[in-house]
Amino acid sequence: MALIKGTLDVLVLKTLSWGPMHGFEITSWLEQQSGGRLDVTDAALLQALHRLEERKLLSAAWGETKNGRQARYYKLTASGRAFLRAETVSLIEQFDTLSAILTMASATR
Amino acid sequence: MRIHDIRAGVSRLVRLPLRTRAQIDADADAELASFLTERVDYLVERGMSPSEAREEAFKRLGPSVREASVLLHHSARHRERRMNMRDLFDDFTQDLRYALRTLRRDARFAIFAIAIVGLGIGASVTVFSVANAMLIRPLPFAAPNRLVWMPNDGGEGLSEQTLQVNGVLYMSANNKSFDAITGYFAFSSPNDVRLLENKETVRLNGLPVMQNFFDVLGVKLLMGRGFSAQESAWNGPKAVMLSFTTWKRRYNSDRSIIGRSLILEGAPTTVVGVLPASFDFGAVFVPGRHIDFFTPFPMTAETNGWGNTLSVIGRLKSDVEIAAANAELKVLGARMLAESPRMNTFKPIVMSLREHVSGSVRSALIVLALSVGVVMLIVCANLSNLLLARATTRQKEMAVRVALGAGRRRLVRQMLTESLVLSVCGAALGLLLAVGGTRVIAGLTGMNLPMLADVRIDGFALIVAAVLAIVAGLAFGLVPALQVPSTAVHGALKESGRSSTGGNRGKVVRSSLVVSEIALACMLLVAAGLLTRSFLKVLDVDMGFKAERVASIRVDPDEIQRSSQPKFVAYVDEVLRLSRETPNVQAAGLTDGLPLGGNRSWGVNSRESGYPQSEWRGAFVHIISDGYLAAMQIPVKSGRDFTAHDDPKSEKVIIINESLAHLLWPGTDAVGHYMRAGGDERKVIGVVADVHHVALEQKSGNEFYMPIRQTGDFSSVDLVFRARVTTGSVAAAIRTALKPIAPGLPGSQITVLQDKVDTSVSPRRFMTVLLAGFSGFALLLALLGIYGVISYTVNQRTQEIGVRMALGATANQLQARILRETLSLAVVGMAIGTVASWALARTLGSLLFGVSATDPITFAGMLVVLTIVATISGYLPARRAARIDPMNALRGS
Repeated sequence: MALIKGTLDVLVLKTLSWGPMHGFEITSWLEQQSGGRLDVTDAALLQALHRLEERKLLSAAWGETKNGRQARYYKLTASGRAFLRAETVSLIEQFDTLSAILTMASATR
Repeated sequence: MRIHDIRAGVSRLVRLPLRTRAQIDADADAELASFLTERVDYLVERGMSPSEAREEAFKRLGPSVREASVLLHHSARHRERRMNMRDLFDDFTQDLRYALRTLRRDARFAIFAIAIVGLGIGASVTVFSVANAMLIRPLPFAAPNRLVWMPNDGGEGLSEQTLQVNGVLYMSANNKSFDAITGYFAFSSPNDVRLLENKETVRLNGLPVMQNFFDVLGVKLLMGRGFSAQESAWNGPKAVMLSFTTWKRRYNSDRSIIGRSLILEGAPTTVVGVLPASFDFGAVFVPGRHIDFFTPFPMTAETNGWGNTLSVIGRLKSDVEIAAANAELKVLGARMLAESPRMNTFKPIVMSLREHVSGSVRSALIVLALSVGVVMLIVCANLSNLLLARATTRQKEMAVRVALGAGRRRLVRQMLTESLVLSVCGAALGLLLAVGGTRVIAGLTGMNLPMLADVRIDGFALIVAAVLAIVAGLAFGLVPALQVPSTAVHGALKESGRSSTGGNRGKVVRSSLVVSEIALACMLLVAAGLLTRSFLKVLDVDMGFKAERVASIRVDPDEIQRSSQPKFVAYVDEVLRLSRETPNVQAAGLTDGLPLGGNRSWGVNSRESGYPQSEWRGAFVHIISDGYLAAMQIPVKSGRDFTAHDDPKSEKVIIINESLAHLLWPGTDAVGHYMRAGGDERKVIGVVADVHHVALEQKSGNEFYMPIRQTGDFSSVDLVFRARVTTGSVAAAIRTALKPIAPGLPGSQITVLQDKVDTSVSPRRFMTVLLAGFSGFALLLALLGIYGVISYTVNQRTQEIGVRMALGATANQLQARILRETLSLAVVGMAIGTVASWALARTLGSLLFGVSATDPITFAGMLVVLTIVATISGYLPARRAARIDPMNALRGS
């Protein structure tokens, strides 16, 4: 399933609302939640992380994984949390509207 | 330690320190590598073989590893760049908000600081704008740097500095250095032209110019055309061009004016053109005067006969330098003289027009610029001191901020932001003041300064203000900012407010700032003192005449009155009789020109010399009637004044001044001797005192006076009268009295001699007033500076003072002690200042008159003034110290 533009950012923020994670943790969480239906390449995800950090929605720091490896951990910032809340509401509204229109029964000829 | 926890917590975890590009790339690569490893590990855990897992991980990555790495480098770099910029900006806005909050809390300090900076920058920008108009901005002509001024190298008088028509024609025809040469009639005097309008005569300022005058200057006419060749011929059709302001004010910007006929000098004259607003002849060539009409000046044998009449301007060819043009003119001049030996001295020289226009004000402007520089230094020293005082009281605040994780650099930046906020607000205020200041200056009338009306705030001035604001803000903020504590955080936090001083170092810094303020104030005081004394000396000059209650009215005879000698003599007699009969007229006489106006000179020599062709001495010529010397109160030293009987029928006579008498007949009384001036041989009947005719500061040269009834060689007639009461009412009465013989006398125009004197000293007064203002400001700042430091030390030492009092020191002793301290600061400052002034006073050079640059009275006066100021500013805190209650003081800690 290809993603609607802009939704990846929200999904990443949503993922991180569960707590700090590194890049692969975010991916695997999203894969699990979507049952593997989301079509996002890893490169795109990493770029999205950079973008979100740039906008100060995320903060990043190097930390240690449970396997003892180094990884860049991302954390939601206060503004990231606020952004997530606002975007969630607006996305849901959009999808509701879209589905209401698209699922309308066609007029009979 | 708790503070460490706070520090670690608050300090910028979010921000990684600034990194290089390679580091950022490596960081991004490391993240990519770790991501891939994590995925491979995960897949292997789920039972894939390592090689399959790697395959799958690469597939999931999307692009190839290399491509992904490039993409991530890009996004990471972008991220770093943006975040750094945002951090800087965030820091700045934070600093700015903090600064504004702090300053609002201490509004009195802020207002005071802004006012000081504002005054300093206001003064600087105003002076800069004056210099900009007079020295920097190009003259309002096409390619003005190619224009040159070409005076005659003859002597001091205007007649010796101007050129004769034939010479100018010869030069124009034979030179190789100039694109063109032009000129204007140098001897036009104010109110030369009579304009008859609605049956009333008004007198306006006219200027005859050569036909190509406006072309050579590159002035584009607003409308109409220039003069034609016929109009520029002798007795050609009469034509006139109007200046922009005359067209606007007198003719309400009427576009149909071209072709209209005006009655000028009693003859119908066609308006052929109007000049543009940008062309202000007076501002450039005759500061303080405005020209209404331009008429053609014929370059013919007739005008050649008038002698030296032209002020000449040339346009150099683009590849010719002034030196080369000078060399060529030297050759041309000599050749011309050899070809026509009966010509006047003909030694044209070339100088840049800019030099001619602004040369005389340059040194004054440089002095003014230096002075505002000094004022700005004092402002900075003063604010530095104030901020230092604040910095010591704010040490605790700083310590808290350091404890909370603010780095020293950040705090320094914070302090600098504060001072920049002050200086930028000050600059805004300063600009307002400068706009007002330049308006006032540009509106000054009767000032003998070039390009005055052009003084205004332009883009250049705005840049200067901005630069000044930034430089000043950094300058006065830097010393206090560097006092920000780097260590001893705990000490500052622990100590009570009062004893946490800047320490000894702070006091040394503050004292040296005060000392330099005093030294700088010294220099300004000396400069202002020297200029003021020069100004007073100039006003005190014995001009040879007395200007009080003397005025003149223009009473030119009309064509009929001038048509024959008997008619003219009758006219003169009648004008004198009627005006003398007017009440409150003490004395009255006629002249062809007042002192401090135009001048002309003729060659003279004594009968004893045998009148050799080559040996004529130049002397200023004045055509006067009886009563003129009395009205001007020019003392007759020997012999007699003219009388009404020195007329065409009696012996030709002349009066000379002492300088000329001394030159022609040294050691003997000149009265009774014969001399030649203006063609005729005349008998000297009187010797009068020298008169400062050219300028107050300038010693009068040789002068002679001829009776108006015995010559026709004058271009205008002024009735000069000394009134018993104010000149204005008397002038009106005289005008009424003269109605029968001179009905066309202009309504309200009179020239008050004192005004001419004032105009003549106006540049000097301008300069003196400005410098006096600067030094007053400097003095005030020095006073505040001393007061600030002394009262600060008194506060700091309350305890010590308490102890001293407890040990038996009297209030008087304490007071004396603090005063002594104050004065020792002042003495050091004055010592440095005196030496510096001594060295720098020489730059005033030509601006001084009658005082030497090391005038002891000025220096002594400066020392007295500063000592008094220092005493006052030390006395107030000293008195406060003496009133300290020892018990309170001791308990206070």
